[in-house]
Amino acid sequence: MIKSLISRIGHEVRVWLSELGLAFRTLFAILVSGLGLWKRPRLITTQIHFIGNYSLVIILVSGLFVGFVLAYQGYYTLNRYGSESALGLLVALSLARELGPVITALLFAGRAGTSLTAEIGLMKAGEQLAAMEMMAVNPLQRVLAPRFIAGIIAMPILATLFTAMGIFGGYLVGVQLIGVDEGSFWSQMQGGVELYEDIGNGIVKSVVFGFAATFIAIYQGYQAEATPEGVSRATTRTVVLSSLMVLWLDFVLTALMFK
Amino acid sequence: MQNKSLDFWVGLFVLLGAAALLFLALRVGNMSSISTGDSYVVVAKFDNIGGLKPRAAVKSAGVVVGRIGAITFDDKTFQASVSMQMDSHYKFPKDSSAKILTSGLLGEQYVGIEPGGDVELLAAGDKIKMTQSAIVLENLISQFLFSKAADGKETSK
Repeated sequence: MIKSLISRIGHEVRVWLSELGLAFRTLFAILVSGLGLWKRPRLITTQIHFIGNYSLVIILVSGLFVGFVLAYQGYYTLNRYGSESALGLLVALSLARELGPVITALLFAGRAGTSLTAEIGLMKAGEQLAAMEMMAVNPLQRVLAPRFIAGIIAMPILATLFTAMGIFGGYLVGVQLIGVDEGSFWSQMQGGVELYEDIGNGIVKSVVFGFAATFIAIYQGYQAEATPEGVSRATTRTVVLSSLMVLWLDFVLTALMFK
Repeated sequence: MQNKSLDFWVGLFVLLGAAALLFLALRVGNMSSISTGDSYVVVAKFDNIGGLKPRAAVKSAGVVVGRIGAITFDDKTFQASVSMQMDSHYKFPKDSSAKILTSGLLGEQYVGIEPGGDVELLAAGDKIKMTQSAIVLENLISQFLFSKAADGKETSK
């Protein structure tokens, strides 16, 4: 009884390890095939349009509202200690270091990640990927790699836009609505936010999150079962896995970057 | 979607991101302090620099007139050698003095320059001769305790 339980555990671990190995081998194959894409930049720009431009509305509006909320909550707490002139610094640092990259990545995983998974899963279900292989066209190079590269390019752009909109939203609520002094709002922010340590590290984080979220999305689509239920399960796995991965990577990167 | 309009929208997207980055770098971060104009280097030696860090401010009468460059240890005089990039717009007399002060009570430390009365001005590479070190809290406490002990001894005589 115990023996069969232990051998079950061993079997599950081996299965999990081999799946992990398959994922990394696919990642390596995508990266290698992506090198040959410089001959066809149109593939990548089409994907940047689908991934980036179509995410703009949700990212910009979310950024604005997160900025609003940060200003309100920050003012409430800072006012207790008489430091409400530091509101600009609070909003800018929170957004640039943490909220910009992380919330953008979570929204990205939900919006762009699921659409990538569904698209590739349906291509697999309609046997388009198999047809490509029969025509000696590498589906990794033609379908997966452009989406992967487009995701890595689009994520830092979206995260920077989120941060900028958030700071603008914080300005609108903090200075115009609540009445914090405009001069100290900007000058304390400029005095406390470092270009490379804060903004630069935030951009590095967003590139890493883009790498992880995009790869999980396209890999889940590539490995989906070729049925409608399979595609639906794959999109669910994409959102759950990417979100958990982004939050875990955020913890690791924050511990490394901000000592 | 037509190829030309697709390229346009993608290009606009990337431009928007670049504009946001520029806004963050210039208006939000303190990059404006890195891009100073002409400056000349002046050196000052201190017994103790306390918590002074590179890129801290050099102020005179409370106005920022320069930035701290490099801080090194001189093992011939056993003093800290601080090099300061002074803004070329502001010239100081040769006998100005440099003090290490703290902004607020527990804020970050900076160098304050008090002008002297000399006719000649500091040039690039000159040394500020009169310096005052940072106040170290432990020395202050031990001074206080020592003077308290001395008072106690006197009253009990």
